[in-house]
Amino acid sequence: MIAEFGLAALWLAAALAGLQLLGGFAGLRPGGERLAALVRPAAVLQALLCALAFVALLWLFARTDLSVALVAKNSHSMKPLIFKLSGAWGNHEGSMLLWVSVMALAGGLIALVERRLPERTMLATLGAQAFVGLGFYAFLLTSSNPFERLPQPPAEGMGLNPLLQDIGLAMHPPTLYFGYVGLSVAFSFAVGALLTRQVTPEFARVMRPWILGAWIFLTLGITAGSYWAYYELGWGGWWFWDPVENASLMPWLAATALLHSASVLAARDALRTWTILLGVVAFSMSMVGTFLVRSGILTSVHAFAVDPERGAFILALLAIYIGGALVLFTLRAGTIAEGERFALLSREGALVVNNVALSAILGIVLLGTLYPLLTEAFDVRVSVGPPYFNPVGAIFFLPMLVVLAIGPLLRWRRDSFERVQKPVVAIAVIGIAVLAGVYFIAGVALLPLLGMALAAAVAVGSVMPLAGRSLRRLPLAVWGMVIAHFGVAVALFGMAADTAFQQERLVAAQIGETVVDGPWRITLAAVEPVAGPNWTALEARLEASYKGGEVRIARPQARSFWTPPQETSEVALLTRWNGQLYAALGGEAEGERWQLRLWWKPFVTWIWYGGVLIGLGGLLALIGRVAGDLRRRSARAQIAIRRGEAAA
Amino acid sequence: MNWLRWGLLVAVFAGLGLFAWQLSRPKDEFVHSAMIGKPIPAFDLPPAVADRPGLASRDLADGQPKLLNVFASWCVPCAAEAPQLARLEASGANIVAVAIRDRPEDVARFLAQYGNPFSRIGKDDISAVQLSIGSSGVPETFVIDGRGVIRYQHIGDIRDGDVPVLLDELRKAGA
Repeated sequence: MIAEFGLAALWLAAALAGLQLLGGFAGLRPGGERLAALVRPAAVLQALLCALAFVALLWLFARTDLSVALVAKNSHSMKPLIFKLSGAWGNHEGSMLLWVSVMALAGGLIALVERRLPERTMLATLGAQAFVGLGFYAFLLTSSNPFERLPQPPAEGMGLNPLLQDIGLAMHPPTLYFGYVGLSVAFSFAVGALLTRQVTPEFARVMRPWILGAWIFLTLGITAGSYWAYYELGWGGWWFWDPVENASLMPWLAATALLHSASVLAARDALRTWTILLGVVAFSMSMVGTFLVRSGILTSVHAFAVDPERGAFILALLAIYIGGALVLFTLRAGTIAEGERFALLSREGALVVNNVALSAILGIVLLGTLYPLLTEAFDVRVSVGPPYFNPVGAIFFLPMLVVLAIGPLLRWRRDSFERVQKPVVAIAVIGIAVLAGVYFIAGVALLPLLGMALAAAVAVGSVMPLAGRSLRRLPLAVWGMVIAHFGVAVALFGMAADTAFQQERLVAAQIGETVVDGPWRITLAAVEPVAGPNWTALEARLEASYKGGEVRIARPQARSFWTPPQETSEVALLTRWNGQLYAALGGEAEGERWQLRLWWKPFVTWIWYGGVLIGLGGLLALIGRVAGDLRRRSARAQIAIRRGEAAA
Repeated sequence: MNWLRWGLLVAVFAGLGLFAWQLSRPKDEFVHSAMIGKPIPAFDLPPAVADRPGLASRDLADGQPKLLNVFASWCVPCAAEAPQLARLEASGANIVAVAIRDRPEDVARFLAQYGNPFSRIGKDDISAVQLSIGSSGVPETFVIDGRGVIRYQHIGDIRDGDVPVLLDELRKAGA
């Protein structure tokens, strides 16, 4: 019953999305008011129905109802409850249901609370939102039904990929989806504004919390995904420029650019068409990413359940939404009035440089990711990796960091070099000092060297906006900016330091043997079998000491899962403030020796600390903005009440 | 600015067209070497075992076509293809080899167990030669003609049906 109930809720929600679409566009014409009045209630009801459908799926997974095909294929009665639940979205059908549910909830929320924009723009926006939603409903209901029953329920489920039995991974896809959906809202706002040609600072302020929210989730999603790949895959790397990783990075780059250009629009009424275009591009990148990951047209280390038919479906959606929105943009952009002008040396100028650089990096990543597809058309097989992405991306990334260090110090509209001379010189001196120091002491390769110098410059530059201001009265949004920019410096330093200084040892060690890796002395004390709930493993006991200090124990495992049978490597990490020892256990070698892979990775953890700081900065900015909106709203309401009293 | 917008639109639809076209094509799982038809890059590898000489690129340009087998003692399919390699050798093929990321004692044990059809074995500890000839895994077998030009690549272990194919390619390379 539960499955049928979920499916019925989903069909009803789809029908309501259709109504919402009709009403939204009826509202654009005179005489459509009656249909338009249904738009907001339809959006709210649709959100409730989607939420019910998703809860139904969670319920089926919690009970391991094996008569449902999706549960039988992806779950197992012996799995811990949390992984049973995460199994609900750890597959294609469930993740698509999660996507439409979050999208419907976002639509419902807008319909319920957003009253600042002209009603026509709101109707067009909700109509566009329903239009995007309908494509996903069609996808779910025709080719990816999560509630499909099996004629013969099996006795036991087929399990979840053991690699995916991990709390980080359970949270990873929803995090990215929240990001994608937030960008879909920004997309709908952009389309709505294009339809009514009303691009105003108020529009940017309405759109901004959604961009910020999406951006926070994408930031945290990428950070967590990178850490997951780092400790779960056992290769010791934190970014592989793999198509799946690029698929998550591209929307983030676009969202970062959009966030900054929306700030310019909100504060200064400039960059109108550019912000609209970025709104379209950001969601396009989410769709392109989803398409690349799900269609299997690119070969990736992250094996995903791929299906050309689903690929074709997503491609059709991509063509309709992105193609449609871009056609609309191309036709309409010329008719949107130009915004305010500004001098090159100004806050806006710096933000334009940031936008150009981010867009260029986005183009570089997109080109590198798609290049193998392009050359395959001419029967040439290539793979594009770090030798392309790192240096070519750096051409734009490094100058952008320079601007990042000084941009926040500039005033809006126009500024003079004399005014910012002192802090700029201070930042430059610190950057150059670190550059020279690291070069002469350690002799590091060019990119990590520049990375460390710029990390220092950005770190100093990012906190300078605090100088001379009352920290207690500083708006939350400014705190957010400072912390996020400081996080960029922290993450950058981690990347550069790990690249420059990591030390790897690959040894076949006997029991009792001691291996030296950088400042660590590691003794292989024992290798013993251990058993978990659905796996057995060989576990090594490593006694590691940093520079002769206290002995710490690391226990890397080579695990074997039963359902489905699979071997995985569970790495052991010893974390210090200045880095991590990374140990992986391989197989048994000849003569009672064990293969051990050891890395000393200085400051590698700073990469993820930085990522979390960036996300935290975004969160503070979001809270600050939303609180400000609420304050203004209640102030307006009070004024209205007073006026009413005065009139009475 | 107008042409820029139209250009963007055209680029996007070209990209979508590329996606659609790629989606409609079957996926080729194997990554074939880009070096086929080209002379083998210069290298000089030390011996991988005591009783066979090492392998240099000039050994592959001595006028006689050869099979070049890329293998490792730690690779299971490499053991599985040993009988087929023995048959190729018995049919008159001159087989040389590159041992990938291996240790001399392991290679010696492997050859003692599964037989040694190789006249020369080079030791490639960092996969340098493997990568330079466009091989992406073990085992792979290349046909090199007498002038040192790569003629043919076989990816994966050699099965029974592959033996005549390789002999035929070897004969063509000698012609």
